[in-house]
Amino acid sequence: MTAPLLEVKQLVKRFGGLVATDHLDLDVRPGETLALIGPNGAGKTSLIAQLQGDLTPDAGAIYFSGVEITRRPAHGRALMGLARSFQITSVFPELSLVQNVALAVQARLGHSFRFWRDASSDSRLTGPAREALEIVGLSYPSRPASDVSHGERRQLELAMALAMQPRLLLLDEPMAGMGREDGVRMTRLLNELKRDYAMMLVEHDMNAVFALADRVTVLVAGKAIATGRPDEIRADPQVRAAYLGQK
Amino acid sequence: MASSPASYRPSSDMMAITVIVAVLAAVPVVASLVGDPFLVKIATRVVVFAIAAVALNLVLGFGGLVSLMHAGLFGIGGYVVAILAFHADDSSRLFDLFPGTTELSIGLPLAMLVAGAAAAVMGLVSLRTSGVYFIMITLAFNQMLYYFFVALQQYGGEDGLQIMSDLTLFGHAAIGRMSFYYGCLVALALVLVVVQRLINSRFGMVLRASSQNERRLTAIGIAPLRYRLTAFALSGAIAGLAGALLAAGQQFISPAEMSWVRSGDLVVMCVLGGMARVWGPVLGAAVFLVLEIVLSGWSTHWQLAFGLLIILVVVSLRGGLIDLLHLVGRRGASR
Ligand SMILES: Nc1ncnc2c1ncn2[C@@H]1O[C@H](COP(=O)(O)OP(=O)(O)O)[C@@H](O)[C@H]1O
Ligand SMILES: [Mg+2]
Repeated sequence: MTAPLLEVKQLVKRFGGLVATDHLDLDVRPGETLALIGPNGAGKTSLIAQLQGDLTPDAGAIYFSGVEITRRPAHGRALMGLARSFQITSVFPELSLVQNVALAVQARLGHSFRFWRDASSDSRLTGPAREALEIVGLSYPSRPASDVSHGERRQLELAMALAMQPRLLLLDEPMAGMGREDGVRMTRLLNELKRDYAMMLVEHDMNAVFALADRVTVLVAGKAIATGRPDEIRADPQVRAAYLGQK
Repeated sequence: MASSPASYRPSSDMMAITVIVAVLAAVPVVASLVGDPFLVKIATRVVVFAIAAVALNLVLGFGGLVSLMHAGLFGIGGYVVAILAFHADDSSRLFDLFPGTTELSIGLPLAMLVAGAAAAVMGLVSLRTSGVYFIMITLAFNQMLYYFFVALQQYGGEDGLQIMSDLTLFGHAAIGRMSFYYGCLVALALVLVVVQRLINSRFGMVLRASSQNERRLTAIGIAPLRYRLTAFALSGAIAGLAGALLAAGQQFISPAEMSWVRSGDLVVMCVLGGMARVWGPVLGAAVFLVLEIVLSGWSTHWQLAFGLLIILVVVSLRGGLIDLLHLVGRRGASR
C-alpha cells in the first residue's frame, strides 16, 4: 500500500467542555477522494480548519506527505499544497474575480516584494488565474467579487484553491446554498477534478457524496464511527441509525 | 458604485494625479495675478500635509491600519533636518560623531531613513495587534515621541528648535518662497506616482488583500505581517519627508507638530478626501487646511463648524470628496 498523503492521528480539539474532534484517526491516500459526512455540529469544519491551520489541535498529530504539520502556520501549509475552500464563503470582496485568483497564483510564485510592475497586467499571474476561472466556469473576470451571486462566489472559492496548484483539496460543503442546477454542475466539475487532485470533501448532498467519493468517513460528535466504500457505508446499520436514518 | 476599487483603472488615476499637480503648479501664477503672496504660503502648507496624508493613506486606506502615530513620524523628519542644521550652525557634532549640515540633499534622505526606521521598529510591536488595540498602541507611540522631543532640552525642548542658517539643496539656496514651493510640489508628484505604482504592484495587491480578508490571504499562502511592516516603514519614511519639508519651509520645528491631535488631523484628511484613491488625501489636505484658515477667521468657535462639516461630508459621501467628483462628473456626462 502506498503511504498516505494526509494522516491524522489521535487528533483532539475541545471548545470548553465540548469535544469537536475526539481522538480522531483518518487518512487520505494519493489521488483519492475521501468524503466526510455527519450531522451538523459533528466537527467537520473544525477538522478541516485544523488540517488547514486556522485552528490548533489540543492533542494528536497531522502528517502531510510524511511531514508533521500539526503546528505549522497556515500559510506554510498552503505553500506545501493544502488548499481549503471555506464553508462560509471567504474571498477578497473589493478585488475583481481575476485579481482574487491571481493572488493565489502570486502566493506560490515566491515573495511579493515587487513594488513597481502592475500586477493586473502581469500575464504570469492573470494567465493561470483566467485558466482557473475558466475551469470552474466563471465568466466576466473583471467583475468585483462583491457583485457576483452566491453560487458564483462558491465557484470563485474553488478557482482560488485550484490556482494554488494544491496536492490536496479541502472542500467544505462546496455546494452549500447553491440552487439545484448549480449543484449538479458543481458535482460534474468535481467529478472531473477528482482525476487530477486528491480531495477531502465535506458534503450534505448524499447523491453527490456517493457519486464522487472513493471512501466515506462518517463523523459523529467528533468521532469517526465508520469508514469504507460508499456502498459499504450505505449498508452499515450503525451509520444508518446514527446518521442516514435521521434523514 | 463608481469608486469601487475593482474598477480600478490605473490610467485614470495617473490622469487625476497629473491634473492635481498641474492645478497646484498654477497657484503661484494665480497668486502673483491677484497680488497675494500669502496664497503660496498656504499652498506650500497644503502640499506638505498632502504628502503626509498620502503617506498615511498607504497604510490606512490600502492596508486598513488606523495609525495615530504619523504626526510623530512626521515630527521625526522635521527634527532630523533641524538638528542637522543646529550642529552645522555651532560646528558641534551630533553624538560627538557626525558634523551637522544645512544641505537638504543629505538632510531629506536622512529624515526619511530615520522616520522609516522608527516606523519599522514601532510597527514591529504595534502590527502584532489589530483593531482598537492597534489604534491605542500607535497613539501611545505618538505620545512617547512627543514627550521624547519635549524632554530634549539641548534642542529647545517644548519651545522647539529654530533653524538659524540658510538651508541649501545641492549648494543652491533652498528657501526662496517660489523655489521651495516648486520643490515641495515635485516631491508630492514623485510620492503620488510611486505610491500609485506601489498599490497596483504585487506588493500592493497583498497589502490591499490583507485589509479585506486576512484569513483568506493566509489560507492561500501569504502571511501579511512582513508586507504590512514594509508598508508601514515606507509610509513612515514619506511622512518623515513631509515633516522635514515643513521644518525646512518654516525654519522651525516643535513638539506641537507631533501632538496626537495632528495625527487625528491626518486621518481626517484621508477620510475627507477619500481613501480609495492614492490622490484622495490631497483633496482632503487642501480642503482641511483652507477651511481651517477661512473658518478660524470667521469665528472663535470655528472648530464646531469644522466638525459639523466633516461629519456632513463623511455621512453623505462615504467615499469622501472623490465621490463628489464622481457625482459631478456623472451629472456633467449625462447632460
Ligand atoms: N470557534 C468555536 N468556538 C466554540 N465552539 C465551536 C467553535 N467552532 C465550532 N464550535 C462547535 O464545535 C462543534 C463542531 O462544529 P463544526 O466543526 O462547525 O461542525 P460541522 O462543520 O460538522 O457542522 C459545534 O458544536 C460548534 O458549535
Ligand atoms: Mg461545517
